[in-house]
Amino acid sequence: MSNYQPVIGLEIHLELKTFSKMFCQCAANYFGKEPNTQVCPVCLGFPGALPVPNQKAIEWTILIGKALNCRINSFSKFDRKHYFYPDLPKGYQISQYDEPIAENGKFEIRNSRFEIKKTIRIRRVHLEEDTGKLIHSKNGTLIDFNRSGVPLVEIVTEPDFENSNDVKRFLEELQVLIRYLGVSEADMEKGTMRMEPNISVRKIRITNNNTQNNYWPNYKVEVKNINSFRFVKQAIDYEIKRQIEILNKGKIPIQETRGFDEKKGITYSQRTKEEAANYRYFPEPDIPPLVFTNDYINSIKVPELPYQKIERYISQFKIRFEEAFILTRDKKVAKYFETIISKIRNQIAKLHIKNQNYKQIIANFIVNKKISTQLSVDEFIDKLIDNLKPKEVDKELLIELIDKVLKNNQKTIEDYKKGKTNAIMFLIGQVMKEMKGKAEPKIVREEIERRINKN
Amino acid sequence: MQKIRKTIVLRLEKFLRNKQPMFLGKSLIFILELIKKKKVSTKEVIDYFLKRIDKYNSKINAYLTVNRTYNSCKLDKIGLPIAVKDNFCTKGIRTTASSKVLENFIPPYESTVTKRLLDASFFILGKTNLDAWAHGSSTETSDFGPTKNPWDLSRSSGGSSGGSAAAVSSYLAPATIGSETAGSIRQPAAWSGVIGLKPTYGRVSRYGLIAMASSLDCPGSITLTTEDAALILKIIAGKDKFDATTANWEVPDYLSELKKRRKFVIGVTEEYLEGVDEEIKEAFYRLIEILKKLGHQIKKIKLLSPKYSISVYTIIQRTEVSSNLARYDGIRYGNDRTFFGIEAKKRIMLGTYVLSYGYYDAYYKKAQKVRTLIIEDFKNVFKEVDIILAPTTPVTALKLGEFEKYPFFGELMDVLAEPAAIAGLCAISFPFGLKKKENLPIGLQLMGRWFEEENILNLTYQIEKETDFLGVIKKGIKNYPD
Repeated sequence: MSNYQPVIGLEIHLELKTFSKMFCQCAANYFGKEPNTQVCPVCLGFPGALPVPNQKAIEWTILIGKALNCRINSFSKFDRKHYFYPDLPKGYQISQYDEPIAENGKFEIRNSRFEIKKTIRIRRVHLEEDTGKLIHSKNGTLIDFNRSGVPLVEIVTEPDFENSNDVKRFLEELQVLIRYLGVSEADMEKGTMRMEPNISVRKIRITNNNTQNNYWPNYKVEVKNINSFRFVKQAIDYEIKRQIEILNKGKIPIQETRGFDEKKGITYSQRTKEEAANYRYFPEPDIPPLVFTNDYINSIKVPELPYQKIERYISQFKIRFEEAFILTRDKKVAKYFETIISKIRNQIAKLHIKNQNYKQIIANFIVNKKISTQLSVDEFIDKLIDNLKPKEVDKELLIELIDKVLKNNQKTIEDYKKGKTNAIMFLIGQVMKEMKGKAEPKIVREEIERRINKN
Repeated sequence: MQKIRKTIVLRLEKFLRNKQPMFLGKSLIFILELIKKKKVSTKEVIDYFLKRIDKYNSKINAYLTVNRTYNSCKLDKIGLPIAVKDNFCTKGIRTTASSKVLENFIPPYESTVTKRLLDASFFILGKTNLDAWAHGSSTETSDFGPTKNPWDLSRSSGGSSGGSAAAVSSYLAPATIGSETAGSIRQPAAWSGVIGLKPTYGRVSRYGLIAMASSLDCPGSITLTTEDAALILKIIAGKDKFDATTANWEVPDYLSELKKRRKFVIGVTEEYLEGVDEEIKEAFYRLIEILKKLGHQIKKIKLLSPKYSISVYTIIQRTEVSSNLARYDGIRYGNDRTFFGIEAKKRIMLGTYVLSYGYYDAYYKKAQKVRTLIIEDFKNVFKEVDIILAPTTPVTALKLGEFEKYPFFGELMDVLAEPAAIAGLCAISFPFGLKKKENLPIGLQLMGRWFEEENILNLTYQIEKETDFLGVIKKGIKNYPD
């Protein structure tokens, strides 16, 4: 294994959640709708119907390109990509070929210590239309065109991945980022986020001066129909193993498209690829080229991205990476957290905390789900204040209950005395339970220790 | 009692029949005036044309579908009659593009051109014949038989808008809508002795026009008078939110623009006379003298030979055809790809080849570069002149069957129309005299700058006022009495 190195690139498709479809006025949200109810002459490819591009979809593609640090091309165009398939009503898909909206980006994968682990280069981001959907049944195959013409963004990475863990990490981070931008549901199960890895394996050649001599493998295998991040990892790992076995026999794996069987966790051959795909691309004559001014490109603003938020939480709020990371996974949660921080500023006295960082405390409350984030911000703050209030303890009752607990747990006391200091935690727990939480654990501990040591 | 009523009805019908000759050969605008002054009812007008269609269409084959739904239409509308080429989608009226593939296709939506006409109170008399998918210049590739030239039934009326041209020249409609990709309005108008206007690419919406070559297709009109061409263009031109290639430019009032006495600098070029019939050349020189007399300036210019346009056009058109016909895959519309005629199949194959991996740069990309050169060439010339005058076709109408002798028949017949189409210019063809022995119309054309239709219409109107197109249009209609 060690003398082989996997080479993996990704193609990711995202359905945009624009109100209308890419080239017509039909509603783009087809999920759960009666088949063929969200269609018109344009997305059905009727004779004479013409596409008119959706401005919002173009703007959002630029936004994605910018968030992935791409260069936004001031000149771009749509092209026709031809192939026959029943779910493609025009016989061609309107896509982008040699002049995509965005190119040459990069995306950094970080490790659990928030250090940049690897930089993945983004080759291109382009805009196209989705196809219809085939529904196979016993009585034949039916076509639902509700999805036909839904805006679809394709992101293509360079083959910069070497293992399935990085791929999974990248996809998870990309999903969070896309949801931050608010341009797609990016849901693998619903198919609003789809991905195909291209996998090959190369031998690591060590030259005389001990440097790696990298070359490109002369084949690649594309894996389709994967609908979760877990399966992506499984499929890639399986492929790497399969390809290495073939290479070990002195053979070269065939260039092909393979499917993924999620029950067996294996890939299987679907079709071998032609030497070069013959899609007969040419510029879409029905849509004038897209020309973007700098002013326009600059007017599309990327919001604060998850990793930037983490950095800010750590440096500005002085909270730990772990909580900052969790809080920033979902933009809504992050916003909720920040609203609490800004609203609570003049109520800090009520929190009864001395030298502690209240921001960290609030972060803990949210992360540990001690207070539900379903509450309004004001309700959350009220509950927080209530939670942090020093408990009014009924001292008599406490001592009575401690005595009762100690009496019933003589063995634990012995353990404790033998040096199992952790045993006291159990006793504290028992007392807290009897007190129904209405006691400070710190005080309970002191009281128990005092009584055990007295005896 | 019933008998008496029947007699009254019969008498009334006879009376109306007697009144009919007053329509013959009348322009749209004239009919509109009659209706407005309540001299006739719209029903009388529509019935008049339906009767003529019943009488003559079997001979000429101009119409593929006749719309007889007028009686069920609302009568408060003016209902100006017009016929439309059968490659414009008309809601509820069969639309075939003259191909068996779409033999039973009834569109569920209206093309922008017909929608605008209907909104302007027009009534669609029917759908006219064309070469299948508009592939051709004679209507002989139509799966429903060729349209015959009203001047000589053994000849072609030209194409692809042959049905629209023949319908006007035999007065089976006072005006029609055609479409041009390269010559498909001007050439049949020239051969049939009527006026054909091809507006600038992007001036008129293509939405609902069954695509042939999308970067060239352009709806236009075929009429008896320049005024009618101006009237129709005003209605159908302008930005359409359903066609991203339509221009957002203001649409002038073409009718009032006609009345201005304007003087133009008119360019003429040797390149457009090469291989042109002697009598057509004579007509061309005769018109030059008339234009000089009218005070216009004639200027010799140099243009790229139209032969380059043939190459460019052939590649771009085949490419786009192969793509646009991909949607007829047999899943929708009933008939599958075996229903394509031989001409469509040839074009699909050539277009597919040209786009195939490795050939794109050699053919399509190169053709686009030459196209840019042709556009630049026109741009330069239009710095010196306002309008270019040339013959519309190298020859007058040919016999039916002759196209089979030439694999690129259409390109040869359209050679003088193609450069303007490739460049997207506006152009208009009008009749100017007859070829003596054969008694066939000669067509000349004016090409104008992009989005300056008012110029070529204005000059055509001046020619009409001065010469009445040498009486060609009226002579043609005389052959088809009521």
